Amino acid sequence: MTVGSLGELTAVLGVGQTRYQSTRGDVSIAGLVREAALRALEDASCTWADIDAVVIGKAPDFFEGLMMPELFLADALGCVGKPILRVHTAGSVGGSTALVATSLIQGRIHRRVLTLGFEKQSESNATWALSLPQPFSVSINAGAGGYFSPIIRRYMARSGAPELIGCMVAFKDRRHALRNPYAHLHQPDLTFDQVVDAPMLWDPIRFSETCPSSDGACAMVLGDEATGDAAAGPVAWVHGTAMRSEANNFPGRDEVNPQASRDCAVEVFSQAGITDPRSEIDAVEIYVPFSWYEPMWLESLGFAEPDRGWRMVEDGSTDIEGGDLPVNCSGGVLSSNPIGASGMIRFAEAALQVRGRAGDHQVDGARRAFGHAYGGGAQYFAMWVVGADKP
Amino acid sequence: MTDVSDARGRLRADLVIEYPFTRTTGPVVGAFMTGLRDGRIVGSRRTDGRVFVPAAEVDPETGDAITEIVEVGSTGVIETWTWVDPPRPGSPWEEPHGLALVRLDGADTPMLHGVLVESADDMATGMRVEAVWRSERVGHITDLMGFVPEGTGQEQNGVEGVESAAEGTDETVRSIRTPMRLEYDFIPSAAAQEYLHAYADKRILGNRSPVDGAVFVPPRGVDPRHGVAATEMVELAHSGHVGNFCVTHLPIPGRDDLPTPYVSAWIHLDGADIGFLGLVAGCDLDDVRIGMRVRAVWKSEEDLGATAENVLYWEPTGEPDVPVERAGNQAWRGSVPGEVVEDA
Amino acid sequence: MREVAVVSSAVHQVEALTFTTDVQLMVPLINQARDSVGLCQDEIGFTCSGSSDFLAGQGFSFVQTLDAVGAFPPIAESHVEMDGAFALYEAWVKLQIGEVDTALVYSYGKSSPGSRRDVLAVQLDPYTMTPLWPDAHSVAALQARRLLESGGVTVEELAGIAVRSQRNAVGNPNALRASADVTIDDVLAGAVVADPLRATDLAAEADGGCAVVLVAGDRARELCDRPVWIRGIDHRVDAHGLGVRDLTRAPSAALAAARSAEQAGFEADVVDVAELHASSTAQVHLLTGELSLGDDVRIDPSGGSLAGDTLMAAGLVRIAEAARQVASGDADRALAHASSGPCLQQNLVCFLEGQ
Repeated sequence: MTVGSLGELTAVLGVGQTRYQSTRGDVSIAGLVREAALRALEDASCTWADIDAVVIGKAPDFFEGLMMPELFLADALGCVGKPILRVHTAGSVGGSTALVATSLIQGRIHRRVLTLGFEKQSESNATWALSLPQPFSVSINAGAGGYFSPIIRRYMARSGAPELIGCMVAFKDRRHALRNPYAHLHQPDLTFDQVVDAPMLWDPIRFSETCPSSDGACAMVLGDEATGDAAAGPVAWVHGTAMRSEANNFPGRDEVNPQASRDCAVEVFSQAGITDPRSEIDAVEIYVPFSWYEPMWLESLGFAEPDRGWRMVEDGSTDIEGGDLPVNCSGGVLSSNPIGASGMIRFAEAALQVRGRAGDHQVDGARRAFGHAYGGGAQYFAMWVVGADKP
Repeated sequence: MTDVSDARGRLRADLVIEYPFTRTTGPVVGAFMTGLRDGRIVGSRRTDGRVFVPAAEVDPETGDAITEIVEVGSTGVIETWTWVDPPRPGSPWEEPHGLALVRLDGADTPMLHGVLVESADDMATGMRVEAVWRSERVGHITDLMGFVPEGTGQEQNGVEGVESAAEGTDETVRSIRTPMRLEYDFIPSAAAQEYLHAYADKRILGNRSPVDGAVFVPPRGVDPRHGVAATEMVELAHSGHVGNFCVTHLPIPGRDDLPTPYVSAWIHLDGADIGFLGLVAGCDLDDVRIGMRVRAVWKSEEDLGATAENVLYWEPTGEPDVPVERAGNQAWRGSVPGEVVEDA
Repeated sequence: MREVAVVSSAVHQVEALTFTTDVQLMVPLINQARDSVGLCQDEIGFTCSGSSDFLAGQGFSFVQTLDAVGAFPPIAESHVEMDGAFALYEAWVKLQIGEVDTALVYSYGKSSPGSRRDVLAVQLDPYTMTPLWPDAHSVAALQARRLLESGGVTVEELAGIAVRSQRNAVGNPNALRASADVTIDDVLAGAVVADPLRATDLAAEADGGCAVVLVAGDRARELCDRPVWIRGIDHRVDAHGLGVRDLTRAPSAALAAARSAEQAGFEADVVDVAELHASSTAQVHLLTGELSLGDDVRIDPSGGSLAGDTLMAAGLVRIAEAARQVASGDADRALAHASSGPCLQQNLVCFLEGQ
């Protein structure tokens, strides 16, 4: 069963991003989101007046200390007199926001929808916002890295992966980032040894293997089949969408390869008519905030056999240069992480690939691409498959 | 945060969420703030001549940017108002005050600000008012102390005219500080209260699921796999094993007592079917491994409180390890996650 | 447009849920909503909730509340940081696509641990408004005064709205403020707390939650005797700045009503009941006009949000209340309204019809 038989076909008409950096001191929150939105509108050859609805998403409001920012931002996003929704699904929010926006097209509610994810986390401090004090609780987590590192350690033990696989992922993503003018981290002189020698933060994750804290916004203009057909430039067609959530911390939970991740991937590939992701997907943008999650997600998603994802890293399969399944050519979350936008960046980058608009990080001849986001205790997943042709 | 028991021995704590947010303004809001620093009020003018005050960077009707900045008067008229008594904790005013929408001369939209009069009886829609400025201004909406009835401002300002904040300051304002402070009463649920009080007695409680007897610790009153209430409490051993761990080299905010690096681990107690985070110590960091058996090391009697922090850390017992493939979540007696298994 | 119906709902509102977590609150409500139509979570195609971290003082607070749903095996689920009415909208959209036929929607809010009127000050323009700390009561008062002084309503009429709410609320177990014999004089004798509003002009703040099950098509007819069909649903937003809008109007409410009426094929003048999500009597009056509710419409038979307002759930509760009235046969057609933001900046309207 393909998406085409269920609801309206959805096209990605335009993508807009801001340069991701630790502090965007030159803009207000409204200015930040408008920058991405205006670029997406321009890319889609649309104006504000062409947009029927807006769907925004971001991580907890404590990051900016602004409750329910869709209210303040309604004017800035040309939304007065229109519908606006604000999605919040933890780290996967950028992806789920894109999916909610897609639903509006698929359900034939609207014809053109602007969707956007953002974070201006420089206005506070990400570590503070991520770990607000909770009385009576033992606080020893020290951030997301402290949560995910034990899980990574389990994967390493289970798979027998060599110790430096994570460093290889980090090095690759930072080299990819050099090809992406929007990426936060541009480290042209970075060497592999520097990655390995970086200070350990949460063993086995080094400083060089973690994501930065970025301000930024990413937007897309989505349209129905008719607007996609009428578009002057190339569009990306949505072939499959899926969202899955599972409970956190229950008996027998496989936290290394969560069932929600597996189920979500099965559904999205089924919708897209894909039976062998490794050969049928040309470019992959997955949410990797800590290096080892690349091999872990590749296995969970079905791109690699269990305990073999690390081989794809080791043999260069996921490198844009020479790899048969380039992963995170944009530099990924490891190179830019405005938390509320990161999921949408993955989805947008997948769309750019199949539109042939990924510039220096274009995978030659990419016809189908995969976008992925996750959040919470690796319990929320949002995924999509997009293609250059209609499904 | 103070842990307090109320008169009935129920635990509660003050939870304060506060942060001095630093907001960069961009050019238009920045121009507004710069104007305030300089003792002027500016708006932004749309191409049709409509002047928005405070300066708006976007036209709400079209979504187009507005960039032209124009000065408006510092006198105007109250369009609507209310009275705030007592001032809220987060308020910049310490005395009861009016809060009004004031349309300044030259502006097409009114701005929100305070009105500094004695009582609500002194407030009226249609009343003309004038701005009163702080003598030291930084580029913030509170550079304006508020508004007073027109003609009475001189007494408030106390100086001849309004001086700019600093001589020769040409730099525009680019950011503002807007501290936020919210206070909450944090009251643990009944199940959590029982769990925390048990800790004071060096007892560790878990919740048993009515579906298959799975034990959750800390107790959260529900079996999350099934969405059913779990009310039965069971007492757990003080020993278990390490399901997962990592060696952390970063200090935790607020935990200066923790020497880095330290091991944080998922502790799976004997009798519990999920893990919780704890510290592992009492051995070399390199000796910590998945499956290592551990036991609780408690604070001394006089330091015990109604808190999980009573357990200082978990130390190795020296017993044989739980095999890695049966450690942590893989210790679950069900063969698949969530499988309903009769209580053994 | 695919036919989607409310087939069940569960609501619980009290003054303060002190020793009950959000999860413990929602377990019975979610189970009740599903059980009453014999659905288990495995049979729910999509789940969507609405809540706010700011009420809990904890980021990602909704993550824990997922425990109440029974999210294993994994479920298709999403969340909005908005009133549950907007989560219901998202679920309705999902059902329109045709992939799934059933949806669970839930929403909750425990504002009693904090100060709700202060939390809402953080919802405003962070540069020019929030630093002045305009709390929610003050903001509501600014709008109320505009209405009074524009001749749109009198103080006695506002008192009449308060009286109507309290009298209607008698018998509603989820109402915090109910009285069979309160009079306009009683209300006017109360002190003004946010000039010109009295305490009885402001919605009674509640903690609580709500769960609703939506089902599409014939399946709805199989699951309950009288499905409450969502004939039309739409939402719109107005400009944010208090000075930019005419505070005596809520154009987004009128627009949402017009759009949803187009979908429904009927308008507010033929509904039997209307449930309004207003934070003050003045807003009830304003909405009555914007939604074109005639004299024949029974407004807020439950007492409305004035009688009990759970922040982040009040809009969903209005939909649940209106649906309950239609399901029971007390009404054939209903209008349910939800709002968000200062002075009715954002509004959702849906038209319900029983068969």
